[in-house]
Amino acid sequence: MPTTITINGSEVARDIAPATLLVELLRDDLGLTGTHIGCDTSQCGACNVLVDGVAAKACTLLAVALDGRAVTTIEGLADGETLHPMQAAFRQEHGLQCGFCTPGMVIAGIEIVRRHGSDVTREQIAHDLEGNLCRCTGYINIIKAIEAGARAMGGTSVFEAQGEAVDA
Amino acid sequence: MREFAYARPASLADAAAAFAAGGEAAFIAGGHTLLPAMKSRLRMPDTLIDLSALSGLGGVTREGDRLWIGALTTHAAVAADATVHAALPGLARLALQIGDPQVRNRGTLGGVLANNDPAADYPAAALALDATIETDRGAHAADDYFQGMFTTALADGEIVTRVGFRIAARAAYAKFRHPASRYALVGVFVAQHDDGVRVAVTGAGAGVFRWAEAEAALAGEFSAAAVKGLVLDAADLNSDIHAGAEYRAHLAGVMLAQAVGEA
Ligand SMILES: Cc1cc2nc3c(=O)[nH]c(=O)nc-3n(C[C@H](O)[C@H](O)[C@H](O)COP(=O)(O)OP(=O)(O)OC[C@H]3O[C@@H](n4cnc5c(N)ncnc54)[C@H](O)[C@@H]3O)c2cc1C
Ligand code: FES
Ligand code: FES
Repeated sequence: MPTTITINGSEVARDIAPATLLVELLRDDLGLTGTHIGCDTSQCGACNVLVDGVAAKACTLLAVALDGRAVTTIEGLADGETLHPMQAAFRQEHGLQCGFCTPGMVIAGIEIVRRHGSDVTREQIAHDLEGNLCRCTGYINIIKAIEAGARAMGGTSVFEAQGEAVDA
Repeated sequence: MREFAYARPASLADAAAAFAAGGEAAFIAGGHTLLPAMKSRLRMPDTLIDLSALSGLGGVTREGDRLWIGALTTHAAVAADATVHAALPGLARLALQIGDPQVRNRGTLGGVLANNDPAADYPAAALALDATIETDRGAHAADDYFQGMFTTALADGEIVTRVGFRIAARAAYAKFRHPASRYALVGVFVAQHDDGVRVAVTGAGAGVFRWAEAEAALAGEFSAAAVKGLVLDAADLNSDIHAGAEYRAHLAGVMLAQAVGEA
């Protein structure tokens, strides 16, 4: 099925089989192997990407359903040699050990800032990581990294910006 | 996943026609139940009909004593919606307790109600809030709609378009989440309407059900004290590796008191 998706800023136009998951398109067809597959049950968050700026699990999305959308993967976050503030914070705060969960954690961190703004609390961060599993770190440094990344990113939450109710 | 054909119709009529075109067809909304089921080959449709391009299936409106939410509205959108917060804050809080942020960004109200997982959260709200489930063919009252595990009043190919929750004076949901799946081990939704109290229980049995004893006790006095010590009859409840029936029967009483306290 002819499908056009903007991936990390570049238009990708392909004939995609409907059964192709977004994560398969990214990893197998486009060689963007930073998006990981950690489970088969939509629970681990290693596959998190941004779809039109909103975090989603690439293992639970059909690529053909994203026709006309924009996807950002971990590979699309840095600006040349300059890391995204959330990536830099993971490095600075030692927010990873083996690194398998890290791409999904960084995307989840950016989602947390989108939802809660840059003054998000540690409690909110810990709560909002419920969809991301890490087998190494014990989460403490991940939470510290997201807190530092949030402060560095700046900005208010989308809900405050739109004058809407804030969901916890 | 097994190969399948894919269509993204722009109208309800086209979606119904695509469904009737033959083979085993399935609608897909957020895909957060269907795609995992297809990965494990529990479901193997020949054709997927994507509902996401249909107009008029999103959005939130308040009409009289009902809060209408479009079938394609995501859990995240319900949790953040100012109209939902004003009319039924307990419903917004329920939406915020579904899965995790990424699940809530994709999963939809219509998908949950069509699927009717016995441990899903929204069925408890729909039943306690005396919801009307509107479809492309008509409407179902919640009392007739939920028919046990993964079974509803929907006919083959019938599409949920929007859900009208009756606005209650007080309403709240308390859920004991399964720590890994995040579904309800037991969840209780209580709603105080002008003509009585409705209490719905999810996660405990083969499907969502109303709890008559709790409703009667709360009709007398809407307080946690009025339902103190109330437990469900364990005979009809699920027993599995996560929790035995006795445990669920007791947990329902605890969740009930918690929901009443929050309402
Ligand atoms: C990790 C994880 C955790 C979760 N935790 C919870 C939880 O705590 N509580 C909870 O309640 N749920 C939970 N869910 C399920 C989640 O809420 C799903 O979003 C929901 O069950 C289905 O919605 P969907 O839009 O994704 O539906 P889909 O997967 O697209 O569809 C589900 C079924 O409904 C049918 N369908 C969809 N929309 C319509 C419609 N408008 N009309 C007719 N039929 C339709 C489809 O054909 C399919 O059979 C979880 C899911 C995951 C992956
Ligand atoms: S690989 Fe997507 S959630 Fe685990
Ligand atoms: S750092 Fe190894 S899984 Fe998280």
